Amino acid sequence: MSQTNSTVGIPRIERCFAALKAQNRPALVSYLTAGDPNPEASQRLLDGLPDTGVDIIELGMPFSDPMADGPAIQKAALRALEAGQTQVKTLSMVKRFREKNRDTPIVLMGYYNPIYRYGVERFLADAAEAGVDGLIVVDIPPEHDDELCTPAARHGIDFIRLATPTTDAKRLPRVLESASGFIYYVSVAGVTGVGAATPETIKRAVDTLKRHTTLPVAVGFGIRTPEQAATIGRFSDAVVVGSALVDCIERARTADEAVESVHGLARELAQSVRRCREEQAVS
Amino acid sequence: MNQFVTPSPLLPDAQGLFGSFGGRFVAETLMPLILSLQEEYDSAKQDPDFQRELAYFQSDYVGRPSPLYFAERLTEHFGGAKIYLKREELNHTGAHKINNCIGQVLLAKRMGKKRIIAETGAGMHGVATATVAARFGLDCVVYMGSTDIERQQPNVFRMKLLGAEVIPVTSGTGTLKDAMNEALRDWVTNIDDTFYIIGTVAGPHPYPAMVRDFQAVIGHETRRQMQEKEGRLPGSLIACIGGGSNAMGLFHPFLSDESVQMIGVEAGGKGVATGQHAASLNGGTPGVLHGNRTYLLQDEDGQIIDAHSISAGLDYPGIGPEHAWLHEQGRVEYVSATDDEALEAFQICCREEGIIPALETAHALAEVAKRAPTLPRDHLMVVNLSGRGDKDMMSVAHYLGDKFQ
Ligand SMILES: Cc1ncc(COP(=O)(O)O)c(C=O)c1O
Repeated sequence: MSQTNSTVGIPRIERCFAALKAQNRPALVSYLTAGDPNPEASQRLLDGLPDTGVDIIELGMPFSDPMADGPAIQKAALRALEAGQTQVKTLSMVKRFREKNRDTPIVLMGYYNPIYRYGVERFLADAAEAGVDGLIVVDIPPEHDDELCTPAARHGIDFIRLATPTTDAKRLPRVLESASGFIYYVSVAGVTGVGAATPETIKRAVDTLKRHTTLPVAVGFGIRTPEQAATIGRFSDAVVVGSALVDCIERARTADEAVESVHGLARELAQSVRRCREEQAVS
Repeated sequence: MNQFVTPSPLLPDAQGLFGSFGGRFVAETLMPLILSLQEEYDSAKQDPDFQRELAYFQSDYVGRPSPLYFAERLTEHFGGAKIYLKREELNHTGAHKINNCIGQVLLAKRMGKKRIIAETGAGMHGVATATVAARFGLDCVVYMGSTDIERQQPNVFRMKLLGAEVIPVTSGTGTLKDAMNEALRDWVTNIDDTFYIIGTVAGPHPYPAMVRDFQAVIGHETRRQMQEKEGRLPGSLIACIGGGSNAMGLFHPFLSDESVQMIGVEAGGKGVATGQHAASLNGGTPGVLHGNRTYLLQDEDGQIIDAHSISAGLDYPGIGPEHAWLHEQGRVEYVSATDDEALEAFQICCREEGIIPALETAHALAEVAKRAPTLPRDHLMVVNLSGRGDKDMMSVAHYLGDKFQ
């Protein structure tokens, strides 16, 4: 996906999905918490992800009170904060990444308070300059679009909306109204890293979403293995893997081992996702 | 106070905002639920059957109205303002918390929910929730920080007796904010059958307004009782503030009465200057947590700082959004009392009135100790005696043990 004249000005996320559509394969989206297990290792983890085959990177902004996260990502946030991670450091990680990579979209994910405290306008300006492409902020529903979603658009940053099993027909138009980049379907009603829905249930939900939006649909929550990623990738535009990668960091005895283990799992996931629709065509 | 402000009966607005505070800052999974709760609450408010049922349980089960008691000996002790105590500690379960729980459990029943969850700090809200869950035959799970479980043992036992499951929360410092995080995680996982009874005027809209409305019975009664006893309005109202529900319940019906002064007392811990306190308005900055924008204890990076207070029920790094608004409007004065000041006032109340207050309530009494002596004898002061201190015997023994050897 090298940058040619015709693609300049097209947002990175859009460009990425267009390229993958041409290859008829879903995107692999990885989630890691910035600063976990420490700032140096976290930078190495981030910088190495594109080479493993990850297509889009979600980078968590650690928060002391991650209400929507299960134990794995809660602990990741604590490790990062204990190692001294801040919003400023997270943005400069992205900046350093962008010195070497112009193509892989980066989506910052987290909670509103650290952004609010940083100052919304200042944050958006710094994020755009660092090379951030999108934001997922768990605790800002469409009812509060004027807080961050609308200002983000002015800075050319996509605001990725979450749809969930509780998003019914009445609610869906509201969720889609101001969405950009892609739609993130949270496949279980619950916190990250706990439980999983059946592929059939997820497929029904993705099909419904696709009838209502032209944006790509990513599926996350409960996807841990290359097999699960392949199953979901057959009918969704992207699969998100978070807690399983974060668990690799928790299990590792050293930072080097963490980097190796995360990149190892990412590589397996990427291979599986790349092949998932071929297998389907054969069988 | 510069200019009289329109009080908040008309607030929050449609987005759940009190000025810039409040709102609905929750995950999308919870939005449909919160919107339907709001619809249900709006319709219940208009429903005479609901109102009748609520009034019945308030009187025959909770024991309302609670007395407005002239504290003659405290008045003499301080030698100034005429002090009245609004005896919320005489309610069933020993605090104001049940006023709100009765209202919310009736809503839960109306919505066909089978399972109740709650967070608790001092355990008074947990006990009140376990109580109403038992009364209505609903399953009940209470999240409580592990630090609080240790310092409020009697309440943990009470909840278990009442049939509730008490889940210890070890994340963070194991206090109220961590219990609230865990309750929110439970809620988002069990949306279909579960009703979350939030224990104070915080959380996403409609909770701050709904809890306020259920607690406003305190202020409405006070108004009527003071009229009967003195034939006029009180001069000042004083209440302690954790999330702010007992204070809001007392204050709200008086917001339009310009002559009535209101003072909210935050937990000053070891002193606001030491950084070890729970005084969000006096020592915090605006931010977004637990579904609403309000004043929070937080660092430069927007990470929440743990609160400190001798009293588990005030040990929370935030405050209800309507209080944040009233603070910025200058309508209510917010002060703080330290652990030591609260302990001192606690003992005065025991000795002078034969009433053992909760440590939370003792913070309000500490402000009375500062203020009453400076006021004339015809100044009518009402203190919300939000709860009784039985639950605090272990903690108080720990702090004052030597004195009673
Ligand atoms: C007796 C008593 N008073 C006050 C509080 C503080 O809560 P709020 O500020 O919501 O009234 C508590 C909380 O546990 C309590 O138990």
